[in-house]
Amino acid sequence: MATATPELRRKPKDDTRLAILFIAPALVGFLVFMIWPTLRGIYLSFTKFNLLTPPEFNGFDNYVRMVQDPVFWNSLKVTVYYVVINIALQTALALGIAVMMQRLTKRTWLRGIVLTPYLVSNVVAALVFLWILDYQLGIGNKVLEMIGMDRIAFLADSNWVIPTIALINVWRHVGYTALLIFAGLQTIPETLYEAGRTDGASEITMFRRITLPLLRPILALVLIITVVGSFQVFDTVAVTTRGGPVDSSRVLQYYIYDMAFGRFQFGYASAMSVALLVVLIVITFLQYRLTRAEQSDLA
Amino acid sequence: MRTRLAALLSAVLVAGCGWSGADAPTEAGGGTIEYWLWDSGQQPGYQKCADAFAKENPGLRVHISQYGWDTYWSKLTAGFIADTAPDVFTDHLAKFAQFVDLNVLRPLDDLPPTADINDGDYQEGLAELWKGQDGKRYGAPKDWDTIAMFYDPAALEDAGIDPATLKDLTWNPQDGGTFEKAVAHLTVDANGIRGDEQGFDKNNVRQYGIGSDGAGGGGWGQTQWSNFTGSAGWQVTDRNPWGTRFNLDQPAFQDTLTWYFGLARKGYMPSFAEIGGNNPVGPDKQIQSGLAAMAFDGSWKISTFTGLTDTAGNKLEIGIAPTPIGPTGKRASMFNGLADSVTSLSKQPENAAKWVKFMSGEECQNIIGESGVVFPARPAGTEKAIAFNRDERKLDVTPFTDQVKDKTTFLFPVTSNAADILALMQPRMDAVYIGDAPVSSLSTLNDQLNDLFKVAQ
Repeated sequence: MATATPELRRKPKDDTRLAILFIAPALVGFLVFMIWPTLRGIYLSFTKFNLLTPPEFNGFDNYVRMVQDPVFWNSLKVTVYYVVINIALQTALALGIAVMMQRLTKRTWLRGIVLTPYLVSNVVAALVFLWILDYQLGIGNKVLEMIGMDRIAFLADSNWVIPTIALINVWRHVGYTALLIFAGLQTIPETLYEAGRTDGASEITMFRRITLPLLRPILALVLIITVVGSFQVFDTVAVTTRGGPVDSSRVLQYYIYDMAFGRFQFGYASAMSVALLVVLIVITFLQYRLTRAEQSDLA
Repeated sequence: MRTRLAALLSAVLVAGCGWSGADAPTEAGGGTIEYWLWDSGQQPGYQKCADAFAKENPGLRVHISQYGWDTYWSKLTAGFIADTAPDVFTDHLAKFAQFVDLNVLRPLDDLPPTADINDGDYQEGLAELWKGQDGKRYGAPKDWDTIAMFYDPAALEDAGIDPATLKDLTWNPQDGGTFEKAVAHLTVDANGIRGDEQGFDKNNVRQYGIGSDGAGGGGWGQTQWSNFTGSAGWQVTDRNPWGTRFNLDQPAFQDTLTWYFGLARKGYMPSFAEIGGNNPVGPDKQIQSGLAAMAFDGSWKISTFTGLTDTAGNKLEIGIAPTPIGPTGKRASMFNGLADSVTSLSKQPENAAKWVKFMSGEECQNIIGESGVVFPARPAGTEKAIAFNRDERKLDVTPFTDQVKDKTTFLFPVTSNAADILALMQPRMDAVYIGDAPVSSLSTLNDQLNDLFKVAQ
């Protein structure tokens, strides 16, 4: 190919084959690890399947059961409650941190520190907080007692579990979210702020009038990613509360897992997974449209 | 191009397979029998058995893996699905029916080495529990356990209670009897006021009279309320094993539980939140930390309790008393046993059966008895365990063994649909313990459990 003559080069070269070669690894991975399991999961949702004996087709039985299952509806409610607390706090905090990283400091190590919780695995973070918040021995409750408050059963009281789990995950993910937003802030030209300062705008006005509007597409993307991730909360629940007390932290993913691997009802678990898939598609679509994620005001 | 694409595809696939393969345990074969157990305390004893087995069977080797209780069952399930399950594993009565339903256990009668296992060689009733509804044997008995009350002698001395009187305690669902009196007296609030004295602050308790092992939704209240419901004459199902109806709607059960969880409301027993919710600190830790003066627990915890130390590292004194006498005029304890099962995935079922046979035999059970961790299923092994505790630990374990001798035990309820029962029961029992739901709500649970028989897989 290096020997191509100038005349030949002028003709538009057909690079389909090269393109296929480059796309193939991702495409194969996508088909084998994403599309195929999804299709199979949808198929299994119409069967009775315990994974060890062949699936039996049972039509819409699993879906009928799902609609009538109060634990399913409760788990959906609990999940939404978690997502609302988790996303609202996380996004607000991340935005604040990102703006401070942008406007107040240029130090790499300081920016790096913000990301460190994200380097801790979910399970480890959950375990550490489980110990910190332990009712009897946790240092968190010792601190509460020292400042004269009553001890709180953070992970054993039905009113506290979901806010606590949401906060644990905010702690872990806020740095990463801040970094994404920070990257978005970098795309806003410094000249706009200079113009703002010349016009005598305060930092707060500039944040509201320049930063937020221009950040919208990035924020929309960040929200879509974090909301989808938030709906799939599992490991923190599995480590800290196992769905309890009673059903107060039985989020959908945990219920699905327990149904499949604890009760061997893979058909029903698949049906609930499909329901989660539908919920996520709808929410993502709405977010995309409402935030006009595909348009930027910078152009 | 096509071949390059194919090569790429196969490289991706190989990479994919390699990933799952790397996680698999040692490949079966080559005369190595994979054996799993969950109790780390028993591993040294069974290692001795494995060494003796290898000496008797040249060419065969046993590789033992130990995983904690929760991990154990999820790993085992994953193993059945991914074909990485062990040849032989320690099985539990609460789980084995499900495994029979899932067709992952091999009937021991069909394997020559274990075909001649004799029920009469073991403590009465143990071997029969391991027969499926098809009448086939799916587990060879290895040990048994009962429940008793561990106590902190120092706390009893402070309260002026003579440990020798604990064996005479009685309880009833109306006023709790002498048992509740002792528990109340052993409860001390932050101001040093005892549970049975004027001005006791139940919301600020320093030491509870009786510890708690949770709501008991996971094993029919084995280490929680089963000794009370048992001594009230109540049975979980209409017959055992393989009951056809649950009895959670009966007054004997509901009255007992109302009284039992009432101990937590009165401040004599820690609450659900105080023991850590779904990640509870066990009764041993509660006694160790001084949170509880007494606590019910199983005989498998003897070595744990006797190994407890205080903050300075000194060994804690521990005493054992039998479960209290109930309205029936007798005491009671659940009688549970473990067994070894051969998986249907085993590539060497006959070798696996040889190992199972060896573990259920006299030689291995005597080795286990002499290690003093559990009571072996054979009476001779049981005697060795009693002797070990008496001579080496200076501990009287007859509160556990007398239940068997006096025939005051009832067998662990063996039913089908065990996983569904657990999933339905645990949250509902937790709700009753917390106080979110009344004990009468368990009648609804009972209907749900009975419905499981209708939709049986």
